[in-house]
Amino acid sequence: MARLIRMDGTGHTTLAEWTAEDDLAFQAAVREFGDQQGLGYIGTVPDGPGKATHVRELPREADLVIMRRPIAGG
Amino acid sequence: MASAALPELAAVPWRQRTDALWLRRWGRIWHAWTLLYTIPFLVAGAAMLALAPIAAPVALVAIAHAWIIPELYAFRGASVVRPKGPRNEGAEATAQGLLGDLLGHEERELQRRTGLAREPGELGTWLVGEAGALLVTPGGRRVHCFCVRAQDPELPPSDRVAHLLLALREDEQGFATVANHAFAGAPWRVRRRMPEGMRPALDAARR
Repeated sequence: MARLIRMDGTGHTTLAEWTAEDDLAFQAAVREFGDQQGLGYIGTVPDGPGKATHVRELPREADLVIMRRPIAGG
Repeated sequence: MASAALPELAAVPWRQRTDALWLRRWGRIWHAWTLLYTIPFLVAGAAMLALAPIAAPVALVAIAHAWIIPELYAFRGASVVRPKGPRNEGAEATAQGLLGDLLGHEERELQRRTGLAREPGELGTWLVGEAGALLVTPGGRRVHCFCVRAQDPELPPSDRVAHLLLALREDEQGFATVANHAFAGAPWRVRRRMPEGMRPALDAARR
């Protein structure tokens, strides 16, 4: 089961879950992904040790997609 | 659709991309700058002692300046990894679990002990904290200190680290470009100004 989660003040929140075969669940996850982008979150797919990819659309085949806040020099 | 460049780069279009050449140049500039504000005070102090021993108190003040100013710069550098902001202890256990999933076994243990996540990169070995990161260059002779944070003050500490870690993994040079460069110098100068519990992370990054 793939998950879309958001890092937030609660630690993290699961926003959506889907499987490759479940089109309805994936479409709901796509809408949630778009809504989070609208709120300023950035989609990231952890690709294993030392690698992550910024995604602008929800990848159906990803196991985990994390929404994070932008970073800035402090 | 995936993108290789860090999206936050759009907020700092005027900055030159931080690569190994940029880091070497800035390392040399910091080295020269340190000599520039240290040597004159030392020379002035020594000259006063030699020419007019009665001026010894003033000479000691000049020599003290030569010691204090580099220490203050190193303190500023080490401060980028000090814990900052609310602890949000209610959510920290959940955030720690997610951060632990992003790290390998050794890195997870090191992060739990020191608060810093070690991340090898092409520019060197990174130590990622809650609101900043240290970069130990290959060979371990220089540390660059970067001030950078996630734009959400409510995040628990481990989520702040996870934010920076993911951004670093997305685009290492972009991460270093977005971050504010605070200091560069020898590891021993930074180490002595770090909180004691964090020092093993710097030792591990130099190995």
